[in-house]
Amino acid sequence: MSVPISSVGTAGAAPEHLGGRWAWLRRAPVVRQVRQSVGLQRGMLLAGIGLTTAFVLLAALAPLLAPYGPSQRSDAAGSFGTQQPPSAEHWFGTTVGGYDVLSRVIWGAQTAVLVVVVAVAASLVIGVLLGLVSGYFGGWLDRVLVLVADAIYAFPSLLLAILLAIVISGGQSSMWGGILAAALSITVVFIPQYFRVVRSEVVRVKSEAFVDAARVLGTPHRRIMTRHVLRNSVRTLPLIVTLNASEAILTLAGLGFLGFGIEPTAAAEWGYDLQRAVADVTSGIWWTAMFPGLAIVIAAMGMTLMGESLNDLADPRLRSRTASAEVAGDVAETSVQADTTKEDER
Amino acid sequence: MAATPTAGSALGRYILVRFLLIIPTVFILVTTVFVLMRATGDPITASQGGRLSADELQRRITEAGYDRPVLVQYWEYLTGIVRGDFGTTISDNQPVIEVLGLYGGATLELTAYAVAIAVVLGLPLGMLAAYFRDRWPDAGLRVLAILAYATPVFFAGLLLKLIFAVGLGWFPVAGRASTAAQIEMRFAGESSGFYLVDAIRTGQWWVVQDVLSHAVLPSVALGLLTAGVFLRLVRTNMIATLGTDYVDAARSRGVRERRLVTAHATRPALIPVITVAGMQVAMLLVGAVLTETTFEWRGLGFQLAQYLTVRDFVAVQGIVVLMAVIVAVTNFLVDVIAALIDPRVRY
Repeated sequence: MSVPISSVGTAGAAPEHLGGRWAWLRRAPVVRQVRQSVGLQRGMLLAGIGLTTAFVLLAALAPLLAPYGPSQRSDAAGSFGTQQPPSAEHWFGTTVGGYDVLSRVIWGAQTAVLVVVVAVAASLVIGVLLGLVSGYFGGWLDRVLVLVADAIYAFPSLLLAILLAIVISGGQSSMWGGILAAALSITVVFIPQYFRVVRSEVVRVKSEAFVDAARVLGTPHRRIMTRHVLRNSVRTLPLIVTLNASEAILTLAGLGFLGFGIEPTAAAEWGYDLQRAVADVTSGIWWTAMFPGLAIVIAAMGMTLMGESLNDLADPRLRSRTASAEVAGDVAETSVQADTTKEDER
Repeated sequence: MAATPTAGSALGRYILVRFLLIIPTVFILVTTVFVLMRATGDPITASQGGRLSADELQRRITEAGYDRPVLVQYWEYLTGIVRGDFGTTISDNQPVIEVLGLYGGATLELTAYAVAIAVVLGLPLGMLAAYFRDRWPDAGLRVLAILAYATPVFFAGLLLKLIFAVGLGWFPVAGRASTAAQIEMRFAGESSGFYLVDAIRTGQWWVVQDVLSHAVLPSVALGLLTAGVFLRLVRTNMIATLGTDYVDAARSRGVRERRLVTAHATRPALIPVITVAGMQVAMLLVGAVLTETTFEWRGLGFQLAQYLTVRDFVAVQGIVVLMAVIVAVTNFLVDVIAALIDPRVRY
């Protein structure tokens, strides 16, 4: 579909080829997109990056920021009390279980980041590897894998994650057990996405002349796969990673909301807290639902803004028109959207 | 594909091939679910373990046949599904297929309202965003769409509840109908599963009103989420279509931009929307499960959550497989509709 264009010789493309100490930084995934974006798209991208950074910082600094522990119900002054409205001691109030809502929200960020990182990293590695092998060698294994990936792709993701959570942890577990169970459940849901994208790219790239050249020279398969094919097949992955990260947060929250979260004594998890808040809402207690809910929205929103903007910037049809002259050298990029439709028409 | 004599047979062929593709898909799904669920051990221990004595537990396991070779169980499970037997729940001893009959209507009713809201909001707003591309209305709408995506449907539901049910008292907090209305509908004859139909059948305005007011908040929660997805899809495809040559040709003949959006580009832009919207069925079902749990809307999703809490994994397995089959069949129907509208899809 897309023809790799090395350089069109426009003003904007030239500096990319010049050396300089920071050249690698300017070509780094997200940084390059920030540079080529303009106006509204740049605003959305920067807002996304800002929110995501804040979310990660919140998670990293949780032990310093949170006034209490995630499962703490009393301090030197005595028990926190249950369902207390926001006050000077408890800015966001306390839950029905007697936990401090603010602390649970902050610790929840840590849980969410851990789950997202493990889930995305695991599905990225497995999905890319399977896609590479499947697309490169083809044959019956490829056909079976494509069928399985398509079937899983069509499966309602949260339901699949529920089944996996049952299998992995029996539904309940400790902090690390729960985080791993949730992350692995989400991993399996995501693998097909990476598999499909990488596989279709590999199938396209492996028929290129430079791959044939390498083969004629007697380069071993493994080297062709890693050095020639893989490197040219992973351009769209940053987009999927960011979009998946927000989906992972939502899936984790959904799991928690349906009671497959992490035990409240082990770690804080926003979805679980929301489930506990359903009954509170009916009696007009708003603080137990509002704050964990807003935390999910802000975290998911940051990554979605980032992913969406990256996606638009990668798609020449959607990129803001004023930016076109500046980045004509990057026209070869295709978007996730284009890849999925291509796959579906097969 | 080989050349085919007439357009009609090409379409028939496409539908047939597409239909046959359902079989491996469903087979893979069913097998995946079976393997996953059996990996946890037998469902009787999972739900009753600790409550029954070891002997009693063993007796129940033997009775249900869970101590036989896995392949035998697998074969039985497959043939059962072909006959429409999805197993019997452990906790309340009900065939899963009857659970579907009892609660499927409620889920269908909820999703129908939600899709209606999503189409009414998403289509025009998506066109508007494409028309005002890169200007402030577009920016606002896109942020709204992303917000709709990033908000878990249960949180949206809880917020709506807080504001409109608890705060303002305009709508009921949960459920599908008040007890009085349910009794009235019971008298009117056997339930169709759709409360709106039942309510109209009673011929009493207050019953209809009662049922509708219960439906507003859950439908809006699920509908807003879906509307965000639609908005994005319509915008993207509309922008792509507005950049094609034939639209440029119309533009150069002096057709107004507004008319290009509403008339010329509409149909080509909406075909991909239909295909991708079909892929959202899975998302819609998941959303329905969460919405039903939030609003105690007694549908399939609510039942699923109930069975999950009592660890009745036979019921969970049955309902999940059923939903997977529904998704596979819906995707097929959507592809057929897309092929009917767009001749290019038929190869």
